Formats: sequence, C-alpha cells, structure tokens
Amino acid sequence: MTHIGVTVDGTHRHADVEPRLLLVHWLREDLGLVGTPIGCDTSNCGACTVLVDGRSVKSCSVLAVQVDGKEVTTIQGLTVEDGEWHPVQKAFKECHGLQCGYCTPGMVLASVDLLSENPDPTEEEIRQGLEGNLCRCTGYHNIVKAVATAAAEMRGGTS
Amino acid sequence: MIPSSFDYVKASTVDEAVAALTAAGEDAKVLGGGQSLLPVLRLRLNSPSVLVDVSEVDEMRQVTDEGSALLVGAAVTTYEVMHHDLVTAHVPLLAQTAALVADPAIRHRGTFGGSCTHADPSGDMPTVARVLDAEFVVAGPGGRRTVPAADFFVDFFTTAVGPDEVLVAVRLPKMGGWGSHYEKFHRTAQAWAIVGVAAAVRVEGGTIAEARVALTNMGATPIRAASVEAALTGGPATAEAIAAAAESAADGTSPTSDTHADAEFRRHLARVLTKRAVTKAAGL
Ligand SMILES: Cc1cc2nc3c(=O)[nH]c(=O)nc-3n(C[C@H](O)[C@H](O)[C@H](O)COP(=O)(O)OP(=O)(O)OC[C@H]3O[C@@H](n4cnc5c(N)ncnc54)[C@H](O)[C@@H]3O)c2cc1C
Ligand code: FES
Ligand code: FES
Repeated sequence: MTHIGVTVDGTHRHADVEPRLLLVHWLREDLGLVGTPIGCDTSNCGACTVLVDGRSVKSCSVLAVQVDGKEVTTIQGLTVEDGEWHPVQKAFKECHGLQCGYCTPGMVLASVDLLSENPDPTEEEIRQGLEGNLCRCTGYHNIVKAVATAAAEMRGGTS
Repeated sequence: MIPSSFDYVKASTVDEAVAALTAAGEDAKVLGGGQSLLPVLRLRLNSPSVLVDVSEVDEMRQVTDEGSALLVGAAVTTYEVMHHDLVTAHVPLLAQTAALVADPAIRHRGTFGGSCTHADPSGDMPTVARVLDAEFVVAGPGGRRTVPAADFFVDFFTTAVGPDEVLVAVRLPKMGGWGSHYEKFHRTAQAWAIVGVAAAVRVEGGTIAEARVALTNMGATPIRAASVEAALTGGPATAEAIAAAAESAADGTSPTSDTHADAEFRRHLARVLTKRAVTKAAGL
C-alpha cells in the first residue's frame, strides 16, 4: 500500500492505495464519485477525462499513486460555489450537446481545459481540442456548438 | 481491466531509478507518462513486478540549450514539447510533430522519452529523432552512454535501452537555416499514423543543399528515405524536382498490411506524403 494525499473536487483526501489502483477506480469505487464513467479499455474514448492540476487527463490511464499531492477536478466538482452549473455545462444543456450523456462528463472537462487555453477557439480548433473524446450519439455537431456558445458566454457575451 | 499487482518506486534521480531497476531484475519496467504502458498493463499483455516512475526526475524534466543542440529530457511531456520556447525556436519540427501526437489529454501525460522508448512503428516522435540524427543519452548500472538514432531503434517496440537502463534525454541539433515539416495520414478517430513523413531541407539560392527524409510505419523502425535524399540534394528546389524525387520514397521499405491499410496503399502514401512534406519544408 502507498499513502497518497490528493485534493479531489476541493476536498482533501488521504488514502492507502495499491499501486495498481487506477485513478478512475479510486474516484468511482473508493470515493463514490461515479460521475466519471469508464467507456473503454484502450485509452481511446475519453469518457473518464478529469482535470489534474487544471489539465485534462484520462483517469483510466493514470495510477492513483501518480496524483499524490495534486489537485483533481471531476465533473462533480465543476459546479461553482452555490451549486450553479459551469458555463460549459449550461451550454451543453442549451445546445442539446448530449443524447445518452455517457461521453458528457469527459466532453465537458476536455472543453473546460480547451477554453482555459484558448478562450476564443475556431470550429476547427474545437474539433481538434476534443479529438480524444468519442461520442456515439450526437455526431458532434451540437457539442461543437455548445463549446462555442460557452466560449462566448465566458468571454462576457462578446464574440 | 485491472492491472496485476506490482510494486511502485518513485525515483527522484536517475541513479535512484537505475538502482531500483537493477535491484528488481528483468521484471521491472520504467514508467514515463504511462500512456502506452498503462493500457498494456490493463489489458494484461504484460505484468511487471515493479514500476519505476521517472516522470518527476528533475534532470529528465529539463530542456537545455547546449549551443549547437538542444538536450530534451526524456520526461518532458509531449504537451510541453509543443509549447517550449527553446523547442519552437530551434527544433520547430519537433514541436510541430508533437502537436499531431494522440490527443490533448494523452499529450498532457505522455513523455517524449516514453514515445521514443515505446518505439511503436506508427509513433511520430521516433521518426523526428531519426530524421535529425538525434543522440540518445542512456543511463545504466555501468554509467552513461550515447546511442545514435540509427542504432537506437532496433525492431518493433524494441530499442537499444536495456532492461536495467533509463533513457535520460535526447540531443537534437538546432535547425537554423533549415525548413522542416511532418506530414501524417491517419483516420480521424484513431490518431496513430498509417504513414508519416518527416522532412528537413536546407535551401541555398534556389538549390537544395541538404535534404533529410524519414518515414513512419514503413517498416519495423523509422527509416531514412536515402534515395529521396540523394535525388533532392544538389537539385533545384522546385515542385517538379521534388515530385520526381518523391517517386522513390517507398524504395527499400517493408510496410505491413493491416486493417488500416495494405502494404501497397502504404507505399502510395509514402510517395504522396513525401512530396507534400518536402514541398512544405522547402517553403514552396
Ligand atoms: C489513444 C492513444 C493514441 C495515441 N496516438 C499516438 C500518436 O498518434 N502518435 C504517437 O506517436 N503516439 C501516440 N500514442 C502514444 C503516446 O504518445 C504515448 O504517450 C507514448 O507512446 C508513450 O509515452 P509515455 O511517456 O506515456 O510512456 P509509458 O507508457 O510510460 O512507457 C512506454 C514504454 O517506454 C518505456 N519508458 C518510458 N519512459 C522511459 C525512459 N525514460 N527510459 C526507459 N524506458 C522508458 C516504458 O517502460 C514502456 O515500455 C497514443 C496513445 C494512445 C493511448
Ligand atoms: S475509459 Fe476510455 S479513455 Fe478512459
Ligand atoms: S451523448 Fe451518447 S456518447 Fe455522447
């Protein structure tokens, strides 16, 4: 067992974990944060995307011991203080950027990461930025629209 | 799936990593960004007894200006390679190619050294190292040695790095005066190159004074397209001359046939992508 201390969605957590424990399994099974789904066994789908120190990572492809001392944000920690949704979450709802919703937590967190780096992305940049996240329902069109809408909202309504 | 059990050692220096590998014997594995190794462990294609994590070894996280070359630490991430000021200024081919590797989340964790040591025949970074005649600094129980790119990539997923060794850094020559480009063909939902071509040329007064071309996924390891290089060198930097030289891009290659493309299509891609890569490298 290896001891880790990690801030998860703003709460400091300590645990003794087996080195082979994947971050996504720690989140889901030990911390009960089941908002982060698992969609594949090959690191392709991006459903499990979370932020580590603000950058997107696939939590199925990181060991829990590797985030010792770091800050993890899941979809459940994205809502701002008083429970209000993040602008990206709102835009996914507004623009119908989801159907079954399985890819959505990963899509939203990958989008948050993208917009933190590029607040005014072109359609092409949005598509490139989300290339590690697969959606089997929407055909991506409304997802791209949602990200563009959130970007405009976060820039203060100017486009 | 869940990987089988292993012990985990987080190294803080190269010496510590080598000592941990030596102590553990054949069954240990170096862990870089884990973006290739963890999928392998999850599928239980491999079950090492010890993982030695080098991702936070300070020496391996640096990019150092050595005058005529850059020394890029093996644990520098693909994402950092894309954005590092020294890399974009002096080896723009590496930064441009890094941006084409996998997707943002994988680039945030995957490392330059891990990409090279993993040595997937469809990996992009090994081809850049090969086209620039990079040097690999490898540390083992007997000390450090430097391996030229021509000897580093041995076979499919096999490099000159031994089981008790660590790749510390890769030395890449600065490319002042050169134009360069990496051209990659892949399916949208699958980032790996079906074929890729790295080209670097030095044009002097309308003539190609020096040319380097290397191919991804046209054999077990990245290979130099020697006949294209010879055909370009000393010739005019024109679209016609480049198109003619690119015709020999697939000569002497041994591409595989798989679900993505058969060997004949790969040979076709090698010719077309070589023409495009050299044309862009020459600034035409
Ligand atoms: C979905 C997906 C798409 C991808 N697409 C691409 C792509 O388009 N192009 C591309 O080039 N790559 C691609 N990759 C691979 C990715 O770039 C990996 O990050 C890279 O191949 C391995 O780097 P890593 O640091 O994660 O290494 P790890 O996974 O940690 O290690 C890989 C291997 O290298 C060894 N190793 C790592 N570091 C060292 C070191 N310093 N010294 C000695 N041995 C070491 C390990 O023991 C292991 O055998 C993709 C991966 C995935 C999952
Ligand atoms: S579960 Fe598919 S990438 Fe992590
Ligand atoms: S909404 Fe169903 S997978 Fe994206």
